[in-house]
Amino acid sequence: MKRLLLCSVAALVMGGSAQAYTVYVTNEKGNTLTRIDSTTLEVIDTVRTGQRPRGITISPDGASLYVCASDSDAVEVYDTADMSLRHSLPSGPNPEQLVLHPSGNPLYLANEDDNIVTVVDVVARRVLAEVPVGIEPEGMGVSPDGKIVVNTSETTNMAHFIDTETFEIVQNTLVDSRPRIAEFSADGTRLYVSAEIGGTVSVIDPSNGEIIKTVGFAVPGIVPEALQPVGVRATSDGAKIFVALGPANRVAVIDGASLEVTDYLLVGQRVWQMAFTPDEKLLFTTNGNSNDVSVIDVEALKVVKSIPVGEQPWGVTVSPN
Amino acid sequence: MRRLALAVGLCLAPLIAQAEVAITAAVLRVEREAPLPISRLDLPSGDEGFLGGRVATADNVTTGRFLKQSYQTLEATAAPDGALAALDDLIAQGAGFVVVMAQAEDLLALADHAKGRDVVLLNAAAPDDALRNEACRANVLHIAPSRAMLADGLAQYLVWKQWTAWALVHGSHPGDRLKGEAFARAAKKFGARIVETREFADTGGARRSDSGHVLVQRQIPVFMQRLPDHDVVITADEAQVFGVYIPYRAWDARPVAGDSGLEARVWHPAHESWGATQMQRRFEKAAGRRMTDLDYNVWTALRSVGEAVTRANTADVAALRAYMLSPEFGVGAFKGQPLSFRPWNNQLRQAILLADGKLVVSVSPQEEFLHQTTRLDTLGFDQPESTCRF
Repeated sequence: MKRLLLCSVAALVMGGSAQAYTVYVTNEKGNTLTRIDSTTLEVIDTVRTGQRPRGITISPDGASLYVCASDSDAVEVYDTADMSLRHSLPSGPNPEQLVLHPSGNPLYLANEDDNIVTVVDVVARRVLAEVPVGIEPEGMGVSPDGKIVVNTSETTNMAHFIDTETFEIVQNTLVDSRPRIAEFSADGTRLYVSAEIGGTVSVIDPSNGEIIKTVGFAVPGIVPEALQPVGVRATSDGAKIFVALGPANRVAVIDGASLEVTDYLLVGQRVWQMAFTPDEKLLFTTNGNSNDVSVIDVEALKVVKSIPVGEQPWGVTVSPN
Repeated sequence: MRRLALAVGLCLAPLIAQAEVAITAAVLRVEREAPLPISRLDLPSGDEGFLGGRVATADNVTTGRFLKQSYQTLEATAAPDGALAALDDLIAQGAGFVVVMAQAEDLLALADHAKGRDVVLLNAAAPDDALRNEACRANVLHIAPSRAMLADGLAQYLVWKQWTAWALVHGSHPGDRLKGEAFARAAKKFGARIVETREFADTGGARRSDSGHVLVQRQIPVFMQRLPDHDVVITADEAQVFGVYIPYRAWDARPVAGDSGLEARVWHPAHESWGATQMQRRFEKAAGRRMTDLDYNVWTALRSVGEAVTRANTADVAALRAYMLSPEFGVGAFKGQPLSFRPWNNQLRQAILLADGKLVVSVSPQEEFLHQTTRLDTLGFDQPESTCRF
């Protein structure tokens, strides 16, 4: 009976032309969170948060929203049903980026002042472990099987591979200067690490930590030092990799097979983080210096809309359902 | 929780095998008497620079742990007549890189003394443009920005603001005069003009006196009256004798910039962009005070060495020097882009902060000033104008 029900739900989703998801955007300077409807591309509402909201993620069931309130030294947990603040998690000081285990628990946080990655049980609401990493931990990525969490350290310039069972560092890969984001491919065979100051994205084989290719960027009329890769998202079929280029105001499109840059899409100013809708039809980018979100049509590779949000949008996540 | 953290720390141990690359560096200060600054907030802490070095070494050690590279940094302080012996001593202890906090003449003496030996000096304090031009030395890398870089950084912003008529007041110490010349050069370079230049003579005397403000309040307007029309007053006061007296006391109601008011600096404790907050917090935790320009220069010097060791994976001083001067080199230092060395005079390219007492107002280069290779080279002496010949 249950299986039957599931099948029919799946059929409904497949058949539906445009499923409505909710897009959540943290506004770093506004101390708010903006909700956007993915169908109408209109702002639903704006919610107050703690001080300096940055990293944001959502539970696999879509019920809980996790927000790094960096200057409140807390991870705030919101109930997505009514956007009420449920509670705060112990986060260590100044949490910036976070990633959830694919099962929904635990949560892995980069504490940039203390050179540690904090592992938090989101149900028991307690710290499970603190893993010492390099100087200024920043980006957090988790492998699709949940066995490895990768942290990048901005001054040590490494991707640290952490075993999620033992909380041990099992491997380190030296990348270019100031690595910001670590993102696994959906099949787990590649790890993408952006280097903001180095101006590159390293494509790494997670099985041995070797760099397969280092992808550079060039846009006519833009000085090389403005090409500062931050956010990285890849479609689940691996065909398209999107890289947010910060003050270059562009999102680069990399072909997954050749690992060559094929396109640069003009978006708002200082583009950092990005998130797909679960059907991967749309990609949302946060543009911190133009106070808006750009919406990219993933199939057509076109920017279809800019949506004004709060002050200095930083992080973005989309509901799974 | 603490126990867990410890256990995790121990798990790292197998990764920390015997160091294969061992680096010894040093920080050397050559002390000369200087006038005390006017404000007690600017009094030197005594360990300035050295603490920046200690934080950099700790950062290098953390990175080195993952790569089987180890770092130690020696520290020494000497009077000018003992500086050469102090350098010999540091070299004898294995220092291949020596960060020097000294005035130009002492730095030159050290550089010529070290010539032909396997050691690189990193200039963390001397802003003299001569050191980057006719008096340049191949064995010295300049971390501190030159006076021209600081003046150009400020000039770009003032021109962007369209405050192009400047009244220049420089002090009577040699460094103040050279700073005044750097502002004059910057004005010409970026299209501002100096309507009048005045010298504020340092007649000696105490830094402070009881009820001193009464006198200062009367002296400064008199000194500053009858200037031609100007948009801004530029102070050149490296010796910190009069600069901070000008704001709020001058005859005309004009903003002040230079070595007081809006200052061109390499670092500022309120700088927060590009991850700088993390640097500020890390430093304050270690030092118990705020990070100064000199701390930042020494930090950047030793981090540049660390970055070269990380990438080149060698302890060979000549190979590291070559790598640092190559186009491949770039070190992240909270300025929003990689910092690299100008091969024509060994000067580290870097952005200049413009800060008032509390905040960073802007960061130069301003994006409207273009350059064919990097906008950072709009600051200071560019390749075609350099007179440095190694």
